[in-house]
Parts: sequence; C-alpha cells; structure tokens
Amino acid sequence: MTARFQDWFGWSYEVAWGWATFLGILLIALPLMLAVAMIIYADRKIWAAMALRRGPNVVGPFGLLQSFADGLKVFLQETIVPSAANKGIFIMAPIVTFTVALLAWAVIPFNSGAVLADINVGLLYVLAISSLGVYGTVMAGWASNSKYPFFSAMRASAQMISYEVSIGFILICVVLWAGTFNLNDIVKDQQSHVWIFNGYVFNPLLFPMWVMFLISGMAETGRAPFDLTEAESELVAGYQTEYSSMSFALYWLGEYANVLLMCALNATLFFGGWLPPVDWAPLYWIPGWIWLFAKIGFFFFIFSWVKATVPRYRYDQLMRLGWKVFLPVSLGFVVLVSGYLMVTRYGA
Amino acid sequence: MIQTLAFYLFAVLLIASAVFVILSRNPVHSVLWLIVAFFNAAGLMVLVGAEFIAMLLVIVYVGAVAVLFLFVVMMLDIDFAELRAGFIKNFPLGIAIALVLLAELVLGLGAYQAGALQLGAADGASAAALGVSNTAAIGALLYTRYLFLFEAAGMLLLVAMIGAIVLTHRQRGDSRGQNVSRQNQRRPGDATRNERPEVGKGVVL
Repeated sequence: MTARFQDWFGWSYEVAWGWATFLGILLIALPLMLAVAMIIYADRKIWAAMALRRGPNVVGPFGLLQSFADGLKVFLQETIVPSAANKGIFIMAPIVTFTVALLAWAVIPFNSGAVLADINVGLLYVLAISSLGVYGTVMAGWASNSKYPFFSAMRASAQMISYEVSIGFILICVVLWAGTFNLNDIVKDQQSHVWIFNGYVFNPLLFPMWVMFLISGMAETGRAPFDLTEAESELVAGYQTEYSSMSFALYWLGEYANVLLMCALNATLFFGGWLPPVDWAPLYWIPGWIWLFAKIGFFFFIFSWVKATVPRYRYDQLMRLGWKVFLPVSLGFVVLVSGYLMVTRYGA
Repeated sequence: MIQTLAFYLFAVLLIASAVFVILSRNPVHSVLWLIVAFFNAAGLMVLVGAEFIAMLLVIVYVGAVAVLFLFVVMMLDIDFAELRAGFIKNFPLGIAIALVLLAELVLGLGAYQAGALQLGAADGASAAALGVSNTAAIGALLYTRYLFLFEAAGMLLLVAMIGAIVLTHRQRGDSRGQNVSRQNQRRPGDATRNERPEVGKGVVL
C-alpha cells in the first residue's frame, strides 16, 4: 500500500508509510470489532441450537442486532469502581486485555502479502502478545481486592503458563517444517503440502500437533471446557465479578477477539490460511481472504460446539492435561519432526 | 527522525519505569512497572534490528518470569511499617551494592570510551549482519561455534530444575492421587449391582 500511495499522491516514503499503516490498522480493527459483535451472536445462536432453544431472536431480523443492543445498553450503564479496589490498575486491566487482543492481528496474513506488519519473527510476535493476555486477568483479579476475582487470577496465571509451554513446542514443529517464523511464508510453504492438499494438517506428523493446538488454544483463551477463570458455579464470574458497564464490555470484546485470533492461527498454521484447501486452479479464483474467513468461521463453530457440549474440566485435570499429557507428547513430536526433517531434507 | 524519536521515547520510558520499580511502595506496582521496563527494552532492541532477542525478552521475561513474580507478590501480606523498618536496617548494604554498581558503570563506560572492543558502532548501528535474518544468524552461531557452551547452559538449567523439584517435592502419605487409566477402565458393573430385595428384607452392602 505504501508504494501505491507514493505513486498516487507523490508523497515521500515516510508520509506514505505512515498513512498506509494507519489505514491498515483501521482496516483490521474496525471489521474485527464488527466481526466480534456478529460472532457473539453466532456463538449464542449455535449454543441455543444445540440446547434446542431459539437464542436471540428479538432485536432486528433473526436477532442479528442483539450484540449491538447489548453494547448500547452496557455503554449507557454507570461504571462502578469498588471503594476497596486499586483504582488505577482496576481501570487499566480491561484496557490491557482489549488492546492485547487487537495487537496480535497485525501479523495475520489475509492474502498473499496482505499483512499489516510483514515481520521476520511473526510467529514469535504472536506468542509474545498472546502471553500478555494473562495480565489483564491477573491485574483485574488483584485490583478488585475481592476473594473470587483473586482466586480467578491465580488460576488464570497458572493455566496460561502451563498451556503456553505446549503451544510453544507445537509452534516449534510448524516452524521447523516451514523453516521460517514469517506467517506469510508459513502459509506459502503449505501449498500442495501433501499431494494436492494445502495445509500442514494433512501431514500425518503434524496432524496430532493440530489437535493439541486446538485444545491448547481453548485453554489459552479461557474458553469452555477450560473456563475455570470464570467458572460461574465456583467463582461467581471470576475476575469480572466487580466489573460493570464498558469495562465489562471490554473484557467481552477482548475475549472474543482472542478466540477469533486462535481460530485464525489454527487456519493459518495448519489449514493453509488464505490458500484454498485443495491445490486446484478454479479454487484460486476465490479471493484468499474469503478462504481465510471461511476457515475462521469453521474453527469458531468448533469452539462453540465444544462450549455447548463438553462439561468443564476440574482444575487438577486441567493441570494434568497440560503438564503430563500435552507437554511430553509435544516434546516428543519436536524430536520426531526434527529427526524426520534431518533425514529427508538436510541429508545425513 | 522517527528512529531518533522512538529511541528517546523508549529510553526515557525505560529509565522512568525502572525508577518507578524502586520508588513505588506497593510490590505489585513494582512488578507492573518492571513489565513496562521489559517492554521498552524490547522496543529498543527492535530499533537496533535485534527483533529475535526483543521477542524472546517479551516471551520469556514478560510472559513467564514476570507472571511468576506477580503470582508470588500478589499473595504477599504487605505490612508497610515492617517494610520501612527493614529499609533502615538494610540501608548500609543497599549503599554498598549501589557503590559497586556505580563502579561497574564507570568502569564499563570508561572501557567503552577507550574503545578496546569493537562490537557495535557508537551511533547504535549493529554489527554487520550476515545477510540473513538475525534469527537464522543467532541459530547458526549457537549451534556451531558456541554449541558446547549452549549445551552446557542447557545442562546447567536442567540440573537446577531437577534440584528445585527434588528439594520441594515431598510425598504426603495421606494424599490420594488420581489414576486416570484405572478410572477409565472402571465399568458400571464394578461398582453397582441390581438387587430386588423382598419386602421386609434389606440389602447386604
């Protein structure tokens, strides 16, 4: 976009770059907010359908405007800060969650080269940003100065650290295969990866990695069945207990933006991102971003499906799954994948 | 222009947040300021073109170490009077450490002025890259020239980890663990049975 701005308006590189980046941020952030509103509606509809209910169906056609009505309601409410709370951190916590949820989208490629920041360490950046997500929760839990949010914060910090370890090893497998941290190049490397199929998921060595990534992603975003940080039967609403109005809404938006990001990562790392699933010419006539959005939608359906059907894990089961199952298995697969690549790709 | 502005922004914020780490009375605030400091340090590293190190700094220190710090500090029962009493008691030691750090700084800056080592240029430009991304460059160095040191460091960390686990892990006799494979093998027939007792008779459990 920078080069085009230079051509059209005769701007210097710096000015053109500045405007291109600014526009790029708007082009990602605004549709993302709209997508979050619609995905909350979709989540509720899917959940309702699985429970044989109707779900939201009053506001707008088919209840499509439900999220906007909720947003307006929340916007008009009073923000309440508990008197015992640590005020600055209490207000900052939801902002941190929301900001971090948006930040990672900077490196997701929407089409060949259509990415805001085409950096060499894209995947590491995603890992770094997603590891920040826990601070919103922990800060909220501590600053609320209340028991249930505090328990929730403890759980959140332990849970995120546990699952980040296995996510790291899973990503190492992908990076080993692609030979790069750049997400755009990772997607390109998946073209006709196995016969005519685009995507690492069709590779028998990486398929188990994808399954673990999907499950770890649910744990990392605190989605059911790993939503122990806001387990309503134990912790009221967890770290959100003391929040109201817009600060509460920011948590909601941030949470769903994170879920969408996890879906996008699943699509990008294992299902060929903006590539069509099959390497067949007519499929390339459909623009890449449509393929990516379709895949994100597919994964979001899986997330909703799991939320609607799987009961919540107990805390010790969660820790056991993370440390005793995922960690050794993913570590084993790192050895397996690097050994396989050593023999086939690098000789010796 | 933008580079200079960004450098001064990151540098000022880094120093300011480092000062706040020491000055803030609440330990939780200190940890949060420390996180801000890590962030700005990462920003500085991106500026000199060491994006791999910058990302590692954020992942390792902000993502893992600081979370553990926060985890521990959050659970502290803070008594400010006690903290102040400790301040006076530890004051001489603190001064001694500060003097050592100052001496190191003076020594380091003096050596840098003398120009003994030529690692990077004084204007902040990094040493000449090998024409590859710095992730690949670091990997190539670590796994060839410094392979032994790298593996030795790994061994050391492993030993430290095992040591920590051995020191803190104790088997409590009265705790009952969970055997998942046994739970999964359990069938309804193992635990339940159908009985149809006659009227007036009970069931032997």
